[in-house]
Amino acid sequence: MSDLKSGSNLEKVLRAGHFALTGECGPPKGANVEHLKEKFSHLKGVVDAVNVTDNQTAVVRMSSWAASAVMIQNGVEPNFQMVCRDRNRLAIQSDILGAYAMGVRNMLCLSGDHQTFGNHPQAKNVYDIDSMQLISLVKKMRDEAKFLNDEDIDVPPRMFIGAASNPFADPFEFRVHRLAMKIAAGADFIQTQCIYNMEKFRAFMKMAVDMGLHEKAYILAGITPMKSVGMAQYMAKSVPGMDVPEPLIKRLKGAGKGKVAEEGIQFAIEQIQEFKELKGIAGIHLMAIEWEQKVPEIAERAGLLPRPKV
Amino acid sequence: MRLSYPSNVKVIQVPCTGRVDIIHLLKAVEDGADAVYVAGCMEGECHFLVGNLKAKKRVQYVKKVLQELGIEPERVEMFNLSAGEGPRFAEIAREMVDRAKALGPSPVKMKKAA
Amino acid sequence: MIIADRKPLGELLEMVKDCNRILILGCKGCVTVCNVGGTKEVGVLASILKIARKKEGRPLHVDEKTIERQCDPEYIAQVKDLVGRYDAVISMACGVGPQFLSEAYPDQRFFPAVNTTSFGGAVSHGIWSERCAGCGTCLIHHFDGMCPIARCSKSLLHGPCGGSAKGKCEISKEVDCIWDMIVKKKMEKGRLEDLMKMKPNKDWRTARDGGPRKSVREELVS
Repeated sequence: MSDLKSGSNLEKVLRAGHFALTGECGPPKGANVEHLKEKFSHLKGVVDAVNVTDNQTAVVRMSSWAASAVMIQNGVEPNFQMVCRDRNRLAIQSDILGAYAMGVRNMLCLSGDHQTFGNHPQAKNVYDIDSMQLISLVKKMRDEAKFLNDEDIDVPPRMFIGAASNPFADPFEFRVHRLAMKIAAGADFIQTQCIYNMEKFRAFMKMAVDMGLHEKAYILAGITPMKSVGMAQYMAKSVPGMDVPEPLIKRLKGAGKGKVAEEGIQFAIEQIQEFKELKGIAGIHLMAIEWEQKVPEIAERAGLLPRPKV
Repeated sequence: MRLSYPSNVKVIQVPCTGRVDIIHLLKAVEDGADAVYVAGCMEGECHFLVGNLKAKKRVQYVKKVLQELGIEPERVEMFNLSAGEGPRFAEIAREMVDRAKALGPSPVKMKKAA
Repeated sequence: MIIADRKPLGELLEMVKDCNRILILGCKGCVTVCNVGGTKEVGVLASILKIARKKEGRPLHVDEKTIERQCDPEYIAQVKDLVGRYDAVISMACGVGPQFLSEAYPDQRFFPAVNTTSFGGAVSHGIWSERCAGCGTCLIHHFDGMCPIARCSKSLLHGPCGGSAKGKCEISKEVDCIWDMIVKKKMEKGRLEDLMKMKPNKDWRTARDGGPRKSVREELVS
């Protein structure tokens, strides 16, 4: 395999042309290493890399890079998420070097949910640079071996650079352009926000493919299986940028008491089957948050196991 | 109409209740009034269009201030009636006097610190 | 202009609790424009404080005065013979007023009556909205007359983020997503490519992050 950028498992899987599968794991609200290990143990060997969230929804948890290091020590490959909300460019560059030194090879660059959502809304807002500039920064550190100020880096961090894309935020017509910008800035792979509106997503992917974006970066479709009608209704109403069509909520309601979770998994599996064939999709990002134990079952039923060894 | 209303109500006539400002209500309270109320035209019938709506907002502001200071907001009130409703005017006067009596003397009347 | 909101009454009463004579000093500048610290509001606050203290049985003597502005030494000088006669002075001007007064009259205590918030303008009668964050490097010409530093909750230069929904910011339905507005305007005017170019990282040195700022007009300084 010619000049890999990072040599990470995720990169190798995608490079070899396999349909990738990534998972997600939120660090604990404490220094509870045992709890963290228990959570990601369900994902070991079942996915190609595991996203480690960074103070997700502005709620304080064990830091993403530390949780990533614990994962590496236990034989699981992390996808280290970093948000721009909590750190300035000094801390950002410093944390990237630190994470790389601990063995991290995949990184997802995000703006981050505003702190008003979280459990410390009084905090000072950082946002020194935004996610677009962060992607560009990681690329500069990796490919030019230079800091933001053009000073040389002694052993540059060779990260596989990821970015997020939300096809369901507004304005819809602009989302694919923003995706193009992230790829132009240096994103090697993309993970989308979780998808429920298949029609809208197909329209989005058509635009992305027309622009040739799927040839410049690996696009992984985000899936979060619905556990309950309440979850679906909450996401439809209270999560900005989330699009949950009414027919899906109806379908879940129609499943009957005790059978909604299974129906949610059914829907997720149907989505996976479609995405395997959909032009431009290089894999799935399965976010079964606080439901990690279901991932092996979903992966099995969707025909995604065993994971390729590269 | 020669209807009677309690003699402890001092009436201040204005061309429109829109002329009544926050400071006028506050001054009344400051000078020791046990209650102060604004009687304006029915909503939608203000001769000057929205004067009575402005008065309503100002009364609400003063109620909020009184609440913050630990003074009963019911001491300040807004009423709407038409110019021809003599009996209603007297009724309102009696209502506010009764209310002031029930609430007791204004806590703002000068008293020695405990 | 500078927008401010009056401090809660409890906080103001606490500030003057050991005073018997105070002066409330208003300003005919920005705080008059946003109806929080002009002549009228000085009168209202004076009355409110007197009511509160009368109720406590500890009357407060309150004098009122409003000057042109509290951000020029010439106007501050006008109250030279007045400010010394009180236990404390409440300034209803923006954060600048109490500081200029404190510097000019170091023997007197000056308390701020308002919480100064932002630079902005009136959007309708009684409502003022933030427009400028004072970053020191104005970029609004790149964004068709809109400022993402002040008006995007995350100060993004390549927005909108994934939380923008129906033209509103993810933090609240009351907050417009300025990036939604910028993108729509660019699309409308056929200038979308402007947004596709990477913007350089912001140099925050000209903002408050770089330390307190000073503006000097060389041609005026003797």
